[in-house]
Amino acid sequence: MTTVTPYRSDLTPGRDGFAQLVHAEWTKFRTVRGWLIAVIIAILVTAGIGVLYGSVTTVSCAVNNGKWLYGEACMTPLPPAGPGGELVIDRYMFVHQPLAGDGSITVRLTSMTGLLPGPNQMGPGPSSAPGSGAGSGLGLTQPGLEPWAKAGILITPSLSQGSAYAAMMVAAGHGVRMQWNYTGDTPGQPGAVGPANPRWLRLTRAGDVITGYDSADGTHWTEVGSVTLPGLPATVQAGLFATSPDETRASAAFAGGNSIDVGPTEVTAVFDHVTLSRSSLPWRGDYVGAVQAGIGEYHQAGGQFTVTGAGDIAPRPYERTSQLGPAVTLTDYLLGTFMALIAVAVVATMFITGEYRRGLIRTTLAASPRRGRVLAAKAIVIGAVAFVAGVTGATGAVVIGGAIVRHRDYYQWPASTPTEVRVIIGTGLLLAVAAILTLAVGTVLRRGVGAVAIVIVAIVLPYFVSVTRIAPATVGEWLLRITPAAGFAIQQPYPAYSQVTATYLPVDGYFPLAEWSGFAVLCAWAVLALAAAAYLLRRRDA
Amino acid sequence: MTAAPAAAVLDKPAHAVRAAGADLRDAVHAEWTKLRTLASTCWLLLGGAALTIAVGAAAAAAFRCQPGACTLAQTGADPARISLTGIDLGQAVVAVLAVLAVGGEYSTGMIRVTLTAMPRRLTVLGAKAAVLAGCVLAAGVVAVLGSVLAGRLILPGHGMTVANGYQLLSLTNGSDLRAAVGAVLYLALIALFALGLATAIRESAVAMGAVLALLYLFPLASALIGDQVWSRRLDQIGPLSAGLDIQTTVNVKALPLTPWQGLGVVALWAVGALVLGAVVLRLRDA
Repeated sequence: MTTVTPYRSDLTPGRDGFAQLVHAEWTKFRTVRGWLIAVIIAILVTAGIGVLYGSVTTVSCAVNNGKWLYGEACMTPLPPAGPGGELVIDRYMFVHQPLAGDGSITVRLTSMTGLLPGPNQMGPGPSSAPGSGAGSGLGLTQPGLEPWAKAGILITPSLSQGSAYAAMMVAAGHGVRMQWNYTGDTPGQPGAVGPANPRWLRLTRAGDVITGYDSADGTHWTEVGSVTLPGLPATVQAGLFATSPDETRASAAFAGGNSIDVGPTEVTAVFDHVTLSRSSLPWRGDYVGAVQAGIGEYHQAGGQFTVTGAGDIAPRPYERTSQLGPAVTLTDYLLGTFMALIAVAVVATMFITGEYRRGLIRTTLAASPRRGRVLAAKAIVIGAVAFVAGVTGATGAVVIGGAIVRHRDYYQWPASTPTEVRVIIGTGLLLAVAAILTLAVGTVLRRGVGAVAIVIVAIVLPYFVSVTRIAPATVGEWLLRITPAAGFAIQQPYPAYSQVTATYLPVDGYFPLAEWSGFAVLCAWAVLALAAAAYLLRRRDA
Repeated sequence: MTAAPAAAVLDKPAHAVRAAGADLRDAVHAEWTKLRTLASTCWLLLGGAALTIAVGAAAAAAFRCQPGACTLAQTGADPARISLTGIDLGQAVVAVLAVLAVGGEYSTGMIRVTLTAMPRRLTVLGAKAAVLAGCVLAAGVVAVLGSVLAGRLILPGHGMTVANGYQLLSLTNGSDLRAAVGAVLYLALIALFALGLATAIRESAVAMGAVLALLYLFPLASALIGDQVWSRRLDQIGPLSAGLDIQTTVNVKALPLTPWQGLGVVALWAVGALVLGAVVLRLRDA
């Protein structure tokens, strides 16, 4: 009986790992000169448009005599910035006295009443100064409270605009809040305030730490929040404040844009049981950030304080047509993203449809019969290429464009460094996922034109419809929630503040979904398309 | 491409029997046969028209004005423009059709047969342009009539009534007629623009990207940059933004260009692209 040895090839086994597959796809990609040129063009266009924008922009605002003013001339005086560097509105009536060292202030807020603008006191566009504090000076007569009208107690090192602070307050329509340094906001007890429903508020200072408490009866206290204000001086100003932001009314929502009317409001708050530890100085009333005399007022009768104020203590959302005048934004530099997106989409499509047209797909699938892995390798290669292109281009646009703008003395709406980094990395991710989505659609359709058209229309058109406002705002908003265009949210340069009422529009860089959730929607589309592509690639003859 | 002329050529030299202009007629006939026999053509034209009408109707149905603020002076809304919103999407479909009409020949190699049969390359391009423009005009009429009808039926229910100062959408009044005719012409010009670019680029996926980039990027840039001077310039230059001025019937004076000037800008883009395509087609090997 002879033993038959099974045949074994003398050749060393071929390297068929996934890394080799990725390497093969990378070789295919880099050896097509046109694709490399397209990617380089995408980078140059993204960076180039940012640089071009920085060099040629004439951000301008009209002045009374019809002449145009440019750059920072439109922005005088420059708006105050908060401790975090963001622009803020800081105007309020403040009845205060110094508080030396650690201590606390406690009040009972018994009533909030207010006045709203009548129809003829609303101005078109956000042109009347938000929180100009013009309140009582404008003869408001219509009773009512702006939902973010605020009254309460506040501790701040100084009365200059943009100072650090921590405050306990009742917001007319949003219950008790602890707010600090403009952007911080924590809710306390809900509900409106009234004589039958008073609110007790307390702020306690211990070193740099300020803790806020609220209570319904003055005996049972609940801690709302505790914040650290670094570098708080030994003596701070503590006292009662009242302020009420401008009311914004969208007068119409139509194709062509929203018409926004803005008018001033004011609030009057009544406090009693005012206790400030270790102090007996007389109270002093100041209107912080006053732009005109005679606005804001307070009366003291016995232990009862009546404080009237208008304005706001809040971060200032970016508004394209704000009365501050126009400013260059981070988004302006990144216009080239669309060009890059289209270039990347075309390359990603041809990365797969080219194989079908030339018949190379049969070689590819013969060499690597596990088709899902081929698709994955292609996705990795094209995604990585697009990511690098996006990050490189966006870095050039933001860094060089920004430097040119600052050199030309134009005003750039401030954004923090982490935000800039997120926007730049986000541009790379946006291009990467869009490229993978296109690759998947190209695999499904196997035809270049259709894939390019579908992906560009799906990603760019909803965004286009929203920012050019050819569709009503609600439609545009929904498109930016459910279509792949939601991914642009990752480029959002400024946060939308829930505690500030404003018209947060896509054209100003505000998206209905948060940065990463919007990006997740795009990713979901890409995953869906990849799944369909993998399924069809396995089922179909090549 | 048809059998009869081919038979006639057997006896006598072609130039002896062919009257001047017959070349072009045959070329048009050939291009018409090529376009007509592609299943995608019919679907794209029908689908594009249906999509245009659907989007226009949806835009009309989505129009809202707050009670008490519905008059024309308060909203500034433009009934014609709202009804014709679908053109924004319809033009992408038209562009796909135009790119396929020439890009398809290159990707299948058909272009070599075409140019062998009809060596006069400009005649081929002219015939393609004529056939394509004819098809798009026909589909455009359907799409625009449907959109206007939808707007006329839907908009009054959303506050756009004569009592509020709007005019009822009707092709008998001058501005609405101009908007409707202009929208049809616009679609045809976009088709020619895409055809010219695709002839110059040859690779259909790249041509598609280029056409859509040139269409959508100007208005996007105009809307996004906070610079009024550049924004207005971009609106005057871009084929889409300038071209859609023709659909505006309200506040026409505020436009960066007059409606017909705007359509003229699109025509310039189309002519420029066709000339580029013609030059490249003549000079290059197929």
